[in-house]
Amino acid sequence: MTDISLAKTSARTLDEAAAAKRARMHLISSVVRYALLFGVGFLMLYPLIWLVGASFKTNSEIFSGAGFLPQSPTVEGYVQGWQTSTPYTFGRFFWNSFLIILPKVIGTAISCTMVAYAFARFEFPFKKILFGSVIAVLLLPNVVTRIPQYILFRDLGWLDSFLPLWVPSALAGDAFFVFMLVQFLRSLPTDMEEAARVDGANSLQTLVFIVVPMLGPALVSVCLFQFMWTMNDFLGPLIYISSVDKYPVSLALKLSIDTTEAFEWNRILAMSVLTITPALVVFFAAQRYFIEGISAGGRKG
Amino acid sequence: MRAQRFMGYAYLAPYLIGLIIFTAIPFLTSLYLSFTSYDLMSSPQWTGLSNYERLFTRDRTFEKSLSVTLLYVFSTVPLKLAFALFIAAILNYKIRFINVFRTAFYVPSILGGSIAIAVLWRYLFSTEGLVNMALAGLGFSAVDWFGDPTNALFTITLLRCWQFGSAMVIFLAALQSIDKSLYEAASIDGAGKVMTFFFVTLPLLTPVIFFNLVMQMVQAFQEFNGPYIITQGGPLKYTYLLPLYIYEEAFKKFNMGYASAIAWVLFAIIMVLTLVAFWSSKKWVYYAGDKRS
Repeated sequence: MTDISLAKTSARTLDEAAAAKRARMHLISSVVRYALLFGVGFLMLYPLIWLVGASFKTNSEIFSGAGFLPQSPTVEGYVQGWQTSTPYTFGRFFWNSFLIILPKVIGTAISCTMVAYAFARFEFPFKKILFGSVIAVLLLPNVVTRIPQYILFRDLGWLDSFLPLWVPSALAGDAFFVFMLVQFLRSLPTDMEEAARVDGANSLQTLVFIVVPMLGPALVSVCLFQFMWTMNDFLGPLIYISSVDKYPVSLALKLSIDTTEAFEWNRILAMSVLTITPALVVFFAAQRYFIEGISAGGRKG
Repeated sequence: MRAQRFMGYAYLAPYLIGLIIFTAIPFLTSLYLSFTSYDLMSSPQWTGLSNYERLFTRDRTFEKSLSVTLLYVFSTVPLKLAFALFIAAILNYKIRFINVFRTAFYVPSILGGSIAIAVLWRYLFSTEGLVNMALAGLGFSAVDWFGDPTNALFTITLLRCWQFGSAMVIFLAALQSIDKSLYEAASIDGAGKVMTFFFVTLPLLTPVIFFNLVMQMVQAFQEFNGPYIITQGGPLKYTYLLPLYIYEEAFKKFNMGYASAIAWVLFAIIMVLTLVAFWSSKKWVYYAGDKRS
């Protein structure tokens, strides 16, 4: 009798001990997890936080400590950086970036939607091969077509204009977006479209009034990514744009490093902050679309 | 049915025109140019294999550039993917504020390609820069980041690893779609956490690992901004990656033929590695009975 009750108590204490141990392990492992996440997050973001702080510092202070709060905040970097060493201000370069981005984004959205519609909703000869070509273009390194493209644009007289940056995208040249939209469209039911067809809508009406509204979120992702990539694009403008008055911000920033005497770091850092601001604002305003777009791109097709 | 076929092609038209004019023809043209000498002024002169011969036998710059490029790709891609997977696996626990963390980790991916960040990097790793100040604060001596060949390449690797966010988001989405009953089954069979990760989670992730691997590799081989802005290819061409070499040959020296030959070698390497990845994927990528295409 006593033996049994003794065994019971010891079993209970063992259970309790095990449970307590598990709880402790659980606590430790979650502390470790959060510590890791915070640590990594801090390391990731500190350079950016520091960048913003440093853009308000004086040049001597930038190299004097690792803190991000400026001791005597000044907007001198912004004022002088904005003027640049060229006859133009940064306003001009932002305007140029905008002139490159807007037609490019619109052209991308329209052409990629059309092409995705063709692949997802029509049967035609060589469809498999042509869709295979989308994947091939997606994986094809640009480096191998860049030189002949340059020669082509020179022969067309398009050098030093925005056309080389606009036209390939307006012809659905960014295969990633075509791929993404096809994936998205295939996952959507077709009954609405069939209903429209029964009601006598032609394929273009179906596309505009039924498919495009359903594509909404995916289309927003496409536009946002294209905006971001074009804003960050450096090599394209570097090759095709030669006059300073047509420079987008990415080239202007490079120019200001090259021409700023003895590295007036605060000007360069201030202009760096301004160049990344549009991308950051757009990202925070619409981050859902970015995350979904990226996740969708990775889904098996 | 005829009309249907015609309509399909009508919507496909922009892509077909673009494909032919901006991809297919340039692709073949660059192969042709790689066998010529062409300075943009006079028409291309056929020189047979001499560009390739020069590349592989006499061009020391190419030799160095190629080996540095391979070193860069084979160190950056695995590091970045391993890190992305590690963080995604942590976020996959029931973490509070998961969205805040995910956003924070994704921000560098949004900005990483921009020139502003390359400029920031150049400052961060300069002799009196933030990284050395932080190291001094921790009691370490300052590191010569740009003067030392290995360190200089490593700063570019770090910049790209800093942008692990997009790979991480893809991993996280895949992790979250794993059927929880599989974990329960593994736990009933007595598998610990480590065992479960390697024998349940990892096999199920192989499709996205494969996707990330191929995409990141193709991207890494084309790294340009890093060496162009941060290290300028130095010191002693130890960060002179092939895309930078091609750019300077083509658009600074206007040796279009020779630059095309380098581009084709780079393309061949990328293609062979991609094909190896696709071919080997049959052996290691696991599609959970999913035949949807």
